[in-house]
Amino acid sequence: MKHGTEEELIAYRDGEAKEREAIAAHLRECPECREELKRIEAVFEALDAMPIPDPGVDYGQRVWQRIAPRLGEKKARWWETPFVPQRLAALGGVVALVILAFVAGRWTKPPIPMVDQADAAKVRERVLVVAVGEHLGRTEMVLMELENAPAQKGQKAINISETQRRAGDLVEENRLYRQTALKDGDQAMASTLDELERVLLDIANSPEELTPAAFETIRNRIEAQGLLFKVRVVKQGLDERKANPDTKPAENKTRSTERKKV
Amino acid sequence: MAEEVAVSDAVAVERTLAGDRDAYRVLVERHSRTVYRMAYRMMGNAHDAEDVVQESFLRAYQKLKQFAGNANFGTWVYRIAANYAIDRLRQRNVDEARREGPSKQREDSLEVDPLSQVRDMSPSPERLAGSAQLAERMKVALAELSPAERTAIVMRHWDGCGIEEIAAVLNSNSNATKNTVFRAVQKLRRALTPFLEGKEARAMGTEG
Repeated sequence: MKHGTEEELIAYRDGEAKEREAIAAHLRECPECREELKRIEAVFEALDAMPIPDPGVDYGQRVWQRIAPRLGEKKARWWETPFVPQRLAALGGVVALVILAFVAGRWTKPPIPMVDQADAAKVRERVLVVAVGEHLGRTEMVLMELENAPAQKGQKAINISETQRRAGDLVEENRLYRQTALKDGDQAMASTLDELERVLLDIANSPEELTPAAFETIRNRIEAQGLLFKVRVVKQGLDERKANPDTKPAENKTRSTERKKV
Repeated sequence: MAEEVAVSDAVAVERTLAGDRDAYRVLVERHSRTVYRMAYRMMGNAHDAEDVVQESFLRAYQKLKQFAGNANFGTWVYRIAANYAIDRLRQRNVDEARREGPSKQREDSLEVDPLSQVRDMSPSPERLAGSAQLAERMKVALAELSPAERTAIVMRHWDGCGIEEIAAVLNSNSNATKNTVFRAVQKLRRALTPFLEGKEARAMGTEG
């Protein structure tokens, strides 16, 4: 048999070669192909050697804590599993209420517009706007601290443990807000929060004592991405929304003008 | 408590479907780490991997009715996660192409350790030979793969998935999938060869 092609040898290593026996027989006789197989094997060994950070023994519990509050969203999608007994009962109840409301509506005054629901949505948005605004304020502080940290010449290591601790706290918060922004379709906010999260994670996971060069790398990244500026623009947008909750379109305009300025 | 630990996946699924939300907790706690490992290898950083894990368990919960009785919950949620991860990889590529300075963004998404960049500035042969450095190279090489190739190599090599299973995630047939696995290995090899062979040559040098 002629020498095995790279494709054949990779397939052989993968256990997927068509003429497995023939290749095996050839390999026994051909030192060249054995050498080639060894080189291919080295790639797999390198793959095996890739480390994965251990998320910790309690990782499953943490995942649960994070998703459990969101499982409630399932309730809004009851039609996916409508035949579970509890759901059927609930469904029956809802149908009965709707009929009752309809009948009652016909016997009473004209229906009042659904202000309650709109109000609830407004309240929810307002709470979120305030919370995200505060979160961005705290993040801005962390970034500013890093930007302004005194890095003296000749200094061997810069201790950022305090900033790091706060960055760590902010990561989780940030993730929640980002997921909410994504769900609400606020792409601009989600993308800024995404960039923030990466930097916050980097800060949180860096060694406590940074070499000036490593410190500079983080700082340059914050600057290169214009993160502080983006945070301020989004925050400003939120502040405007907070002040005039009903002028959402105007706020969007402000934000796009801000962006154009960049 | 002991009874809860012993609850099988199938029972936990049934209880969840019957409205016992806490039963789902058993499934999440049991399978999170496996899904995380795959997600990390796919996404290349902890941030995105954790996102994939959370989103996959949420999706699995929402689609649980479709699963009921089918196969094994671990395999099923793994597949949901692989599907979600490949979508995220594709999205990431689109985003990177759209942004200015794509190569820089790629580095960002790789969670490059700032210290390794410092090391890069003074690469002595000994340091290059270090396995940490090899892992960094591998990270970059993996990031250069297409989303399909990366999915194929992760599922095939690390998780030992069958070709058919990978084909299902890639939405492809088994021949094309085998070819994708091959291309992935080939690309990784091209990317790592100078490094691996340098290491080999050095090893031989020390022997002689």
